[in-house]
Amino acid sequence: MVDKKATRAAYGEALVEFAEKYPQLVVLDADLSCATMTKNFAKSYPDRFFNCGIAEANMTAIAAGMATCGLKPFTNTFAIFAAGRAYEQVRNSIAYPYLNVIVVGSHGGVSVGEDGATHQMVEDLALMRAIPGMTVVNPCDANEMRLAVEALLEYDGPAYLRLGRSPVETVTDRAADYRFELGKGVTLKDGSDVTIAATGLGVQLSLEAAKILEEEGISSRVLDIHTVKPLDNDLLIKAAKETGCIVTVEEHSVVGGLGGAVSELLSEEYPVPVIRHGVNDTFGRSGKAAEVLEYYKLTPKDIAVSCKMALNKKN
Amino acid sequence: MLTTDRGELMNTSELEITAAKARLLILDGVHTAKSGHPGGSLSCVDTLVKLYFDEMNVDPDDPQCPDRDRFVLSKGHCSPALYSVLALRGFFPTEDIKLFRSIKAHMSGHPDMRNVKGVDMSTGSLGQGISTAVGMALAAKVNGKDYRTYAMLGDGEMEEGQVWEAVMAAAKYKLGNLLAFVDVNGLQIDGRTDDVMPTSPLDAKFSAFGWNVLKADGHDFDSLKSAMKAARELTDKPSVVLLSTVKGRGVSFMENNAGWHGKAPDDEQYETAVAELKAHLAELEGKYYG
Repeated sequence: MVDKKATRAAYGEALVEFAEKYPQLVVLDADLSCATMTKNFAKSYPDRFFNCGIAEANMTAIAAGMATCGLKPFTNTFAIFAAGRAYEQVRNSIAYPYLNVIVVGSHGGVSVGEDGATHQMVEDLALMRAIPGMTVVNPCDANEMRLAVEALLEYDGPAYLRLGRSPVETVTDRAADYRFELGKGVTLKDGSDVTIAATGLGVQLSLEAAKILEEEGISSRVLDIHTVKPLDNDLLIKAAKETGCIVTVEEHSVVGGLGGAVSELLSEEYPVPVIRHGVNDTFGRSGKAAEVLEYYKLTPKDIAVSCKMALNKKN
Repeated sequence: MLTTDRGELMNTSELEITAAKARLLILDGVHTAKSGHPGGSLSCVDTLVKLYFDEMNVDPDDPQCPDRDRFVLSKGHCSPALYSVLALRGFFPTEDIKLFRSIKAHMSGHPDMRNVKGVDMSTGSLGQGISTAVGMALAAKVNGKDYRTYAMLGDGEMEEGQVWEAVMAAAKYKLGNLLAFVDVNGLQIDGRTDDVMPTSPLDAKFSAFGWNVLKADGHDFDSLKSAMKAARELTDKPSVVLLSTVKGRGVSFMENNAGWHGKAPDDEQYETAVAELKAHLAELEGKYYG
């Protein structure tokens, strides 16, 4: 039985773990503290926790005001509201004055499951990435999430952090030489025929896809791109040169997320075939998380198919 | 070193003279830029003069002092008023007003905290400033500081739903260190606020949301003084001063005319306005200095 844990659970633990070390950390929520996992921080540090009610725009701008006074706010709500409803507050009150606020979007992507399209955010990476100066982080597992929270506590500037609802296998703790650094991707598996650049739970799916490809004699490289912005240009250009084609994998629209970012980079720097594997410019739908992921072809088998398409384009 | 420290720096006559000078700078900025928002700037500028010269702990030589009082211009389009008052207060030279909205300089169209000295928060998108002010007032509590936070909103701005989210939050956290002003000039870009989207009765609304409600004549320094003094003594919950004001105040042809919300005067209009404002300033100075 594989040990699974949701990144939101690891996030909630990390807030408590780092609270003493970073006394300027304050946590804001919008009536979702049980879902975003900030409830334990709220219990342990009630004077540093602010439940702003169902008013995400206000919460986001309150955080901006706090940051001007030296606090380090983490705002918490679902990704749809953090990056969607409060987009303009993030843009104008946080990013434009370049304030030290971490905007946390929980329940990103379609693996939210049963709640359906209104709550399945597949545009957040695109929206946040388009804002000048924003750092955009989408960790793939519990281990990486903990390290991302610590790195963002050390970071000085506006950032977006995406959390997932569903439990996922922890894979980064067993990767050789794994080290977390904002803006630096990680090579989880080396390979020479095709590169799979993945983010969030796309990473676990891609590692499984690599096994399928291996059985068919195809050598794939798997990159964990936890920071969608700033993108690790060097790692991706090197992969393009060495493997000649790239498949991006994300639980996000194929428009504007990791696929968009990698395509923008490579079209200018080193054009090779890129297949964007993700939610194909459509809304989500209700279902069990696993069913929904399968519906949108976010499975190892389907990623392997995309890899073969990329190989065909290369040859 | 905070310079005002509750000392009464200026008497009413001096405040009136300063406000007259600020009005001239507002006209200068908007006329030079051939762009900007004179109407609302002229309606809120007296309150800003009162704040920066006789109310807030601020120090132009130490604009980032963590203990300073904060001001957020939630109706950010009235940057000409804020920039003029900051210049007169010594944060930067009054000549910089000529660079308002210019590609060549740092005096952006809406308040920019990163580039204009003395600006505590970048604003311009209505409804957001009051929330950031709530954040500053909350931060004072977290950090154990006793500075106060002030915010200026427009009566048209009250149409933004976010304002009421912020008003709710300020009441929840009993922010007695927060004082908001609403510049009730009755006009917004498209016409009378009562026609576009009525926001009254603001007093009953704020009361119902759990705020102390005060009223003042926004062009009368004695009235402003009493209201701000009363607000200081009300520390159990946030306070708002509803300012009765005239849009375009001080320039006869701009007064009570929504057309001057976001329009710059041409050269002839500028000369007329300046002549009026200078005559008023001379009259005030004559009376005061003899």
